[in-house]
Amino acid sequence: MRHDLILRIGVKLILPFILLFALYVHFHGEFGPGGGFQAGVITAGMVIVYAIIFGADAARRVVPQGLVEQLIPLGVLIFASAGVPAMFKGRTFLDYGVLADDPASGHALGILIVETGVLITVSSTMTAIFYAFAERGRA
Amino acid sequence: MTLVREFISHYNYLITIFLMIAGLYIVIASGNMIKKLVGLSLFQTSVYLLYIAPGKIVGGTAPIIDPAFKVYSNPLPHVLILTAIVVGVATLALGLALVVRIHEAYGTIEEDEIFAKDGEI
Amino acid sequence: MKAIEPHLPVLPVLIPLFGALISAFFRRGTMAWGMALVATWGAAAASWLLLAKVLATGQPISYLMGGWAVPWGIEYRVDVLNAFVLMLVTLVGAILMPYARKSVAHEIDQHVQAWFYSMYLLSLTGLLGITVTGDAFNVFVFLEISSLSTYVLIAMGRHRRAVLAAYQYLIVGTIGATFYVIGIGLLYLVTGSLNIADIASRLGSAPPEFSRPILAALAFLTVGVCLKLALFPLHVWLPNAYAYAPSVATVFLAGTATKVAVYLLLRLFFSVFGVAISFKTLPVAQLLLVLSVAAMLIASLSAVFEENAERMLAYSSVAQIGYITLGIALANQSGLTGSIVHLLNHAVMKAALFMALGAVVYRLGAARISDMAGLGRRMPLTMAAFVLTGLGIIGVPGTAGFISKWYLALGALEKGYWPLVFLIVVSSLLAVIYIGRVVEAAYFREPTESNAKTKEPPLSMLVPILALAALTIYLGIDTRVSAEIAASAAKMLLGGLK
Repeated sequence: MRHDLILRIGVKLILPFILLFALYVHFHGEFGPGGGFQAGVITAGMVIVYAIIFGADAARRVVPQGLVEQLIPLGVLIFASAGVPAMFKGRTFLDYGVLADDPASGHALGILIVETGVLITVSSTMTAIFYAFAERGRA
Repeated sequence: MTLVREFISHYNYLITIFLMIAGLYIVIASGNMIKKLVGLSLFQTSVYLLYIAPGKIVGGTAPIIDPAFKVYSNPLPHVLILTAIVVGVATLALGLALVVRIHEAYGTIEEDEIFAKDGEI
Repeated sequence: MKAIEPHLPVLPVLIPLFGALISAFFRRGTMAWGMALVATWGAAAASWLLLAKVLATGQPISYLMGGWAVPWGIEYRVDVLNAFVLMLVTLVGAILMPYARKSVAHEIDQHVQAWFYSMYLLSLTGLLGITVTGDAFNVFVFLEISSLSTYVLIAMGRHRRAVLAAYQYLIVGTIGATFYVIGIGLLYLVTGSLNIADIASRLGSAPPEFSRPILAALAFLTVGVCLKLALFPLHVWLPNAYAYAPSVATVFLAGTATKVAVYLLLRLFFSVFGVAISFKTLPVAQLLLVLSVAAMLIASLSAVFEENAERMLAYSSVAQIGYITLGIALANQSGLTGSIVHLLNHAVMKAALFMALGAVVYRLGAARISDMAGLGRRMPLTMAAFVLTGLGIIGVPGTAGFISKWYLALGALEKGYWPLVFLIVVSSLLAVIYIGRVVEAAYFREPTESNAKTKEPPLSMLVPILALAALTIYLGIDTRVSAEIAASAAKMLLGGLK
């Protein structure tokens, strides 16, 4: 597929818009369908489409495998850490109200942080799964 | 007649039960490992229906706050099922990864052929 | 200390969770092991403090996640039963860590050792989360967290059948968890709440036209949880999972996973549904009784004919779980006390036995009974610990196993089931046979060439084995921690959730 000119140019043109759409879905999760999980899958789809057209090795040069494997626990760590400041302020775990001045914006900020954590973990997990199984069985 | 009509009007439960039984049957009766996973997914899908269909409030709209609407559907089943869907996806992904490994180790994914190779497990 | 104290209920879940995430960052196995050591011992400390606090105050401790009140939010609710199970799970998890260093380095590939520890800690998080939470759907989430990481742990075994065993456990375990979700869904449709205490109070006042979904929920929940606790005949996944998993994973699973499932069954039967619905409407008690006796006898018999020592102990586990569910089926004070105390006793004994076998695997590479010839002379301390805990499994007076069987027999006699006592004795005699086969091979045969040169396992593996063996004897003599707490937990359960 890397010899097909239309596919190569087309994919290179469309990749940034896929990422933009993923971020749009992520940030508009509270107003419509969306959120971290959906955005993560779209982001992973961006890497996967690149890997399909240009080969998994080329994709591994752009998004290294080691980085992807480190990002998986990082996302969950961000999620879990969003709940910890409340414990230091005397409230219970996962109380997002303390993250900002008033409870409502605190909760909004808290949800945004956890959704970002979900985005990071889901996209890197999907990419890692793809890396692990793509071109497997080719001698 | 009203009994039959009562029965048919609960069609969402009938679909749920059908999917549940179909999924379980595929898991039990299939010898192919991927087909078992598909049956498992079908079984889990019926559970999503079991939660969401009764969550719809008659006359209610989607549970996103909007000043124009007063009645909303119950958002709690939606949240529960989002979690359950993610769990189902993770289970399916793990199951498929295991099937790939089994294929590499045994060369086949049919249960009877695997048992013939290594003995019953 | 003052700062930590209000957050104690959530710490047994948070500490292993953060430990799992941080150990996934490491590339080297030893760094991940260090993190796992800190995390498991931290969780154990938190659980002991929690148990002490619950015993001191006598009141359940409630912790509202996110500050949301019941029934809108998730509540973590710790009472005597919870704290007891927390204590025993973290005990096994923590005492396994010094042992795990050499065992994991020996059995798992270098580049996935960090992921092994990460999955181990995630599994511990899931199990502790099931125990500590008071929200029914939260139980499902933690159940799946622990189950998925357990499938990964099992699949890391050396033999190619490990992947097959993990796949089989995945299919069966997911069906069990989905049955659980169906049951909770039916309860949610009837009561409108997911909090365990809230469901219990609303079920008590439910009008009779809701009885059918409530009974359907009871049926689904029972079958789903019994799939997880490996009640006969739903136990088929257990021997394969225990035999082919890495030694550390087997010890951890044998000591914790089924115990937490039993805790869940106790919580559902006695706190959510109450004795009236659980035992008087459907013939649950009779069914559990028959299946428990079948488990005790048939699984013990299967253990007698097994050649692989780990599979033999796995069948022995199924039989011991039969004892635990027998106590639940009796549903009186003594029977329930026997069940709950056997949770701790069996966890300690099975963990010691599997650790001893893991030491044999570490030195010899396999755990077939014929391979263990003459090990009594080559590995005297390990086999002595094996014999001691084997006596505990049999139920010899002076060991922990005797305490549980005593209470079970007492419970059976109180109900007037004389034949049950006889059957308990018969299965104990079967235990003599299968433990005796290993003892005979180890002490009464000459060492083969392959194990003529073996010696004791390293100290880091030997000390936990001996510690647990000593604990078996201690729990058989001083029952203040085990049986008294179990008795007060049983009393609380029979009284219904306050």
